[in-house]
Amino acid sequence: MTDQQTAPQPGLVTSAPLLRTERLTRHFRIGGGFRRQMLHAVDDVTFEIGQREIVALAGESGSGKSTIARLLARIYKPTSGEIYFQGTPISRLRSRRDVLSYRSDVPMVFQDPFASINPVFRVSHGVMRSFKLHRPELSAGERQAEAERVLAAVGLTPPADVLQRFPHELSGGQRQRVGFAQALAMRPKLILADEPVSMLDVSIRIGLLNLMTQLRDEQGVSILYITHDIASARYVADRLIVMYAGRLVEQGPVEEVLANPRHPYTQLLLSAVPDPRADLTVGALTDQGEPPKVINPTPGCRFSPRCPVAITDCVTITPELLPLSPGHDAACLVAQSGAEVKAF
Amino acid sequence: MSSLLSDDQPQSTSAGWHPGAILEVEDLSVDYVMDRGTVRAVQDVTFEVSPGEFVGIVGESGCGKSTLLFGIAQLLSPPAGIASGSVLFKGRNLVGLTDKQLIAVRWRDMSVVMQSAMNALNPVMSIAAQFADAMRAHGVTSKQQIADRSAEVLRMVGIDPVHLKSYPHQLSGGMRQRSMIAMAMLFTPDLVIMDEPTSALDVVAQRSLMVQVKELQEKLGFAVIFVTHDMSLVRHFTDRLMIMYAGQVAEFGVTRRMFETPLHPYTIGLMEAFPSIKGPRVPLTGIPGSPPDLANPPEGCQYAPRCPQVMDRCRTTTVPIYQVNGEQVRCLLHENGEAVQ
Repeated sequence: MTDQQTAPQPGLVTSAPLLRTERLTRHFRIGGGFRRQMLHAVDDVTFEIGQREIVALAGESGSGKSTIARLLARIYKPTSGEIYFQGTPISRLRSRRDVLSYRSDVPMVFQDPFASINPVFRVSHGVMRSFKLHRPELSAGERQAEAERVLAAVGLTPPADVLQRFPHELSGGQRQRVGFAQALAMRPKLILADEPVSMLDVSIRIGLLNLMTQLRDEQGVSILYITHDIASARYVADRLIVMYAGRLVEQGPVEEVLANPRHPYTQLLLSAVPDPRADLTVGALTDQGEPPKVINPTPGCRFSPRCPVAITDCVTITPELLPLSPGHDAACLVAQSGAEVKAF
Repeated sequence: MSSLLSDDQPQSTSAGWHPGAILEVEDLSVDYVMDRGTVRAVQDVTFEVSPGEFVGIVGESGCGKSTLLFGIAQLLSPPAGIASGSVLFKGRNLVGLTDKQLIAVRWRDMSVVMQSAMNALNPVMSIAAQFADAMRAHGVTSKQQIADRSAEVLRMVGIDPVHLKSYPHQLSGGMRQRSMIAMAMLFTPDLVIMDEPTSALDVVAQRSLMVQVKELQEKLGFAVIFVTHDMSLVRHFTDRLMIMYAGQVAEFGVTRRMFETPLHPYTIGLMEAFPSIKGPRVPLTGIPGSPPDLANPPEGCQYAPRCPQVMDRCRTTTVPIYQVNGEQVRCLLHENGEAVQ
């Protein structure tokens, strides 16, 4: 690993993806005794994250977004399927050194900056700990210089001063920047950012989103940006993946998916986004349905009970995520049959 | 409907009350009294709500919007307390009334929908039991009447009355929040106060809930005060909008006008802080800096440290609210009562 990243321009996916999942599946057992049931949190999820790419993973609460992040962070073990990082299956990582090395390549930034930073230690503590653990070769002086570098990179200035502060002396936005600085201290290749701005005030969210694009462009990291906010996904991401009830329903370049959504659920999601610049549309078609709890599911499309364009096959055949145009995939039987889907 | 005005209590009707308004808040200030000193969380807020009106209050966390709501509903508890001002509801000042006196008003004439239905509903009571509890507390004792009304309000918000037997954990987030709203409808109040009722919901459920509230409001004619941090959410549903910053009213006026020609630089900043899903993808800046510490507020305009249009005077002058074509704005740019772009 070198400091100089020789990666292509942002947004351009190279032939070898940084990370790839193959039919990644995670089930949870719920209930006990004779009422044992399986909750299918993530089912058959296959996707890629390229070098220097921000991929947004969008979906409603309970759709399995965070489970994917935890699978990628090795917090959960997959029920089946595999994650390949730079071509190597991560289930094969055994030695402490390999696991540590993966963890420093793929750190996580959490949702709640008030709960994820230890309040009794100074900012320097979290940053220095990652140096001790992941970059033991650094001397004390180098550690200080490197800590100041990562703090400056996330826009916390003056860095030497901020390092000596306690979390309570920082605002929510600054704390979340500390979260990114801690991740950056490990010289990561991919940052897993699970709803990093949803706890922040609207006026400072944009600053963090801009930071993410800046990290991609200047530090060359890829980011998996997990969010329920499609508008912010559009703002930062190169590619968008939409999830529903544990399955991927659509993926593609973000502008392409938003301009031309093919899956009925993506269309529903887009129609529900409040857009202050749009015209008044009160009374427009709205959906009363609720996301399903995916317990002991039967085959078939999981959106079909809510879908206005469902055909009989949708109840029995599980749609695969297939390309409809180059780079733009949707898991919808109706769209795959070539029909124009206009559900919402 | 209730019989508040024929109550045995003498009415403290103020001279300034215009009969058109259902709620009139005048110079309301709320203090948090703490060891380190007093923090003024809401400062001299004045506004009125007409019957059937939908008023939105928008601000960032810590701007005092929830404290203001609690001040209106007389739900503040120490260390918070009303420092000065009055809250006239249907002509009667609620400030200083005892809990016993407030019973006549609460829930019958004015109900509150809290932010988190998860925490506001009792997890060990069925929905029916919680509805019955509220009705009995306000004098309805007939079992038949309670059952009928409970089923009726639940149907109003689009939930099948079989769920009366359900416990909160058996309902989805959207259904829980809707049953909270149903509960607020039990006595067909004149004013419903909502504190971020949609913030725990995803966009699809959020939108369907907003549409539902708007439909109910148009059908039943109650007034709504809706607090949120998300301006784009209230754009299509509110008649008037109040923007709060650091415990003060920054701007207050007709929603449509505010989106077309925002007056206060903070309002402008808020609007530019939202990426859009349509139109060109433009870089946004948001609002640099963070809101002031209310324990130690800056001199002059509270927004001056973050304001892109700040002038030297802003940092020293205490800025009053100016009227611009009937709209209110607290900004020296509008000193002459004219809209400045």
